[in-house]
Amino acid sequence: MPSRRYSVFAIAREALRQHSGWSRAWTSPEPRDRYKVVIVGAGGHGLATAYYLGRNHGITDVAVIEKGWLGGGNTGRNTTIIRSNYLQDPSAAIYDKALKLYETLSQDLNYNVMFSPRGLIMLAQTEHEVRGYRRTVHANTLQGVATEWVEPARLKELVPIINIDGPRYPVLGGLYQARGGTARHDAVAWGYARACSDMGMHVIQNCEVTGIETANGQVQTVNTTRGRIGCDKLALVVAGHSSQLAEMAGFRLPIESVPLQAMVSEPIKPCMDVVVMANTVHGYMSQSDKGEMVIGGGTDSYNAFTQRGSWHHIEETVRALIETFPMISRLKMLRQWGGIVDMTGDRSPILSTTPVGGIFVNCGWGTGGFKAIPGSGWAMAELVAQGRPGPLAAAFGMNRFREGRFIDESVAAGVAH
Amino acid sequence: MLILTCPYCGVKAEETELSPGGEAHLKRVGPGGTAEEFEAYLFARKNIKGVHFERWRHAYGCGKWFLAARDTHTMQVYGTYKAQTAHATDEIVANARQARAEWVPDWPQGSEAVVG
Repeated sequence: MPSRRYSVFAIAREALRQHSGWSRAWTSPEPRDRYKVVIVGAGGHGLATAYYLGRNHGITDVAVIEKGWLGGGNTGRNTTIIRSNYLQDPSAAIYDKALKLYETLSQDLNYNVMFSPRGLIMLAQTEHEVRGYRRTVHANTLQGVATEWVEPARLKELVPIINIDGPRYPVLGGLYQARGGTARHDAVAWGYARACSDMGMHVIQNCEVTGIETANGQVQTVNTTRGRIGCDKLALVVAGHSSQLAEMAGFRLPIESVPLQAMVSEPIKPCMDVVVMANTVHGYMSQSDKGEMVIGGGTDSYNAFTQRGSWHHIEETVRALIETFPMISRLKMLRQWGGIVDMTGDRSPILSTTPVGGIFVNCGWGTGGFKAIPGSGWAMAELVAQGRPGPLAAAFGMNRFREGRFIDESVAAGVAH
Repeated sequence: MLILTCPYCGVKAEETELSPGGEAHLKRVGPGGTAEEFEAYLFARKNIKGVHFERWRHAYGCGKWFLAARDTHTMQVYGTYKAQTAHATDEIVANARQARAEWVPDWPQGSEAVVG
């Protein structure tokens, strides 16, 4: 009998039979002709949407189709930061829902996502940021999200390697969320995919959407490189290529796609056990379990679909971080990569019905999607199942741009978040 | 490094010398336009994966706004042109068509490029 459930007993059993009994974590079936729900995009958000459709709403006739490989887009390209210290109430609600789900996700999925609530600090390096983050702490208190303002001396205790007296970017304090942290990004996608597969859903990789057929304003069929797939409901959860999918369905989105970069250093001994974000200089850093310093940079400011980004952004990010973290100046960088992020006008996501009946869209997470995956999936599943948004998604409809109801996080979060 | 030639001063400028200004040829409607039209002007973008027309400012040079045709997928630059135009020049169209045979301009052919 293969070992399906992961546990210490399963490891012991497999150790006695040369680990010959592990089965594949998820199946790779051929697509059927029709599903009740088709989700485009097998990244974290798409897979989480499928998972909560099954778990919360009992809908398991679901296919998640993916043009590349599972979690190979932004889910595998981010810096794995998780936090919920947002200024606006709708943001705090959905991101804190996500954080709470992350806290028990390994147990819920029976898959170790290596959630590490090591704490997260956003540095205030200008007087403007000091005022902004103090305001965020007050807002978070009202929202029930535990954050605190820390003075430089306490910050130095939390992050001994930091230089708080930099001449250009002195550290004036920080916004500290002790519950924030990181998780292993691949494991989040893999864990959800395994749970979806166990519920009988189809996760279909190497299946690119080539067209969307509608009739009488209602979605009918998704055409893919692996055939036509009929569906009652279609969820587009594709981040950087949301505009392209929307165009196939005949509508436009308030989205622009830009590259966002990250890089990791050679592995070093443990030196920093919190996540530090420096939004003034568009840099953020944490240390991975392997010892690499994971560094995130800023976005390019013009549209592009090349998953690499501009060289000068790396220089700017690293140059600024070296003043705050002098010890990284001698580190060699191992890898650098980019992902295509979907930016909205107010830097908040879109979870919305669309002009086409049966099509729902989840996009616009921009530079901060990873932390939202469970909450986004939860809210999106509710939207798809009921055909109208629940309390978490209600404020994130795309009609907010017409009505001027922005959820403006661009000031609160800086560019990188 | 992205390099664009400023059509005003002729300098070949790298991207750190320039400021991007988003999609070009947006037309503002109104007064009296509908909420939908104003929303489209402010937020709805083509976000094209391919031939993209966009605004740039030669910020650390002559300071002038100009327009560029650039491929957002391959990063190839098809040409730059002055801001006081309704659409790109024939030469830029030819460059783009050479790289992407399937691409066709989305403006009426034979229309006058220069405005104002």
